[in-house]
Amino acid sequence: MASNSALMGFVHRRRRGAELFLLVLALVVGIGAYAAVGLGVDGEVPTNLIGYGGWLTILVVAAHVAVRIVAPYADPVLLPVVAALNGLGLAVIHRLDLAKDTALASQQLTWMTLGVVLFVGTLIILPDHRLLARFTYTSGLTAIVLLILPMLPGIGRTINGAKIWIALGPFSFQPGEVAKVLLVITFAGYLVVHRDALALAGRRVVFIDLPRGRDLGPILMMWAVSLGILVLQRDLGSSLLFFGLFLVMLYVATERPGWLVVGGLLFFGGATAAFKLFSHVQSRVDIWLDPFADPDGSGYQLVQALYGFAWGGMVGRGLGEGMPEKVPYAESDFILAAIGEELGLTAVMAILLLYGLVVERALRAALISRDGFGKLVATGLAAVFALQIFVVIGGVTRLIPLTGLTTPFLSYGGSSLVANWVIIAILLRISDQARRPLPDLTEAEDDPDEQATQIVKVVPS
Amino acid sequence: MSELTLFLVRIAYLAILWIFVLSAISVIRSDMFGARVPTPAAPGKQPRAPKPPPSPRRGQPTHVAVVQGVNTGITADLAQAPVLIGRGNDAAIRLDDDYVSTRHARIVSSGGQWYVEDLGSTNGTYLGSQRITQPVPIGLGSQVRVGKTIVELRK
Repeated sequence: MASNSALMGFVHRRRRGAELFLLVLALVVGIGAYAAVGLGVDGEVPTNLIGYGGWLTILVVAAHVAVRIVAPYADPVLLPVVAALNGLGLAVIHRLDLAKDTALASQQLTWMTLGVVLFVGTLIILPDHRLLARFTYTSGLTAIVLLILPMLPGIGRTINGAKIWIALGPFSFQPGEVAKVLLVITFAGYLVVHRDALALAGRRVVFIDLPRGRDLGPILMMWAVSLGILVLQRDLGSSLLFFGLFLVMLYVATERPGWLVVGGLLFFGGATAAFKLFSHVQSRVDIWLDPFADPDGSGYQLVQALYGFAWGGMVGRGLGEGMPEKVPYAESDFILAAIGEELGLTAVMAILLLYGLVVERALRAALISRDGFGKLVATGLAAVFALQIFVVIGGVTRLIPLTGLTTPFLSYGGSSLVANWVIIAILLRISDQARRPLPDLTEAEDDPDEQATQIVKVVPS
Repeated sequence: MSELTLFLVRIAYLAILWIFVLSAISVIRSDMFGARVPTPAAPGKQPRAPKPPPSPRRGQPTHVAVVQGVNTGITADLAQAPVLIGRGNDAAIRLDDDYVSTRHARIVSSGGQWYVEDLGSTNGTYLGSQRITQPVPIGLGSQVRVGKTIVELRK
């Protein structure tokens, strides 16, 4: 607790220099990958390396300067880690572009620019994360509208069987990516007020206090919404993500393991029913259990990805030396297969570790945050990240059935990239607030005329 | 481009990736242990004898009193702010209430206004029926509930 830490004389440092140092290394990771792709594919350093590297540097420096000015105490590790992941993702998408003759990398760079602009914008317009608590129900309503939008005729669009897109002129956008950030805010705002009621114990079954029956309303509603997404939009990944997110936040807010039991039972009930009733869920499970049953048909994508991982081995084939374009959608859902093939297990482990660091830093911000709302938002965002990574990487490596979700920051996909940059901005804001030293309330009053006016931060509610 | 050069490029790139990962971890490590302890007094400032606390103005609370619960009647002087409330030995108001945490809440002043702040207690600190999540301003007669005990500011 921060109040205890202030008593122990523990003060966080700003660490902006360390962040700059890590950002330089992150740029080396991103631009180095781009150069290595050029060397591997064409045998020479790409001619536009200066322009590409310069643009990436401008974006990263802009983000760093913004953090330095408006969130000086923010966590020093988050921004460099996501910058490195984003840079590496861009290079791998560029490598797939060269193989497939597409131009997705330049589009992704445009989306990254928009992402960094929104990152800086979020940090500037949000001086205190507690302001978000005012929008608890507004953001919940907006999230529901956003989730319904793709089902409306006219702007909704169905791509690969999933109705999760809307068309805005030439662009298509996944509103679900924005909705997940809004839902975190809604859940946090709701739970911080109602957690005492939800934490009341009901019947006790084998060491675990189950929640009371009358408190089951919110979790049943969330369960219904998740199943609705699964049935109406055929989006297995988001459905899992939203329910898992609510369950994690409910558990963290109430400290009652009973909720995990209830949620787990609901999940297995829903999953079994979905498996029995829907052919698209059934086919996913069949592919997972035996991808080699139909290696040229339904199992083709997963089989090629597994071949890619195997062929890559420990250190990979080298960027530009493999055949990652064999895997359908290698640039979005299956980008980890492309990395596994060309850079090997060594790089896959590094990426998993980087994702682990993002989640760890988010949970750290939650631990040291001084207010319940900030704690819950940071935990929720960490859970979004962790669940998404587990679901997509588990699916690609055939640990769990495949569900369509993007790999945060690596995959091609504008909506996901932009939403993730905003998530990082909110996390930095929470950690900035949490690490900022408390104004000293105990100091004896000196002559009031000698003292500078002390500004006490009060959040209007 | 020879096979060997490409191999070296690949190994060099993996090395860069891991150097980045390890540097990030080392920054986290130094962040954990490298925090500095604030110096008690600013250098260059002459240590002065602590001024006697300014005489309380009229209408300002001077002490905190327990008005309900097992320890009804004990008080603590607000001149020794911040006033720590809890079951621990270092608390200014020590309560023998099973529903109170060791360091439960504290009452602090800022800019002439008194605030109550919860210190991460198990059962929470309540102002009326509302559980507080951040420092909340209180005045004379505001009843603050910690566990089964109620304390208030008195003149």
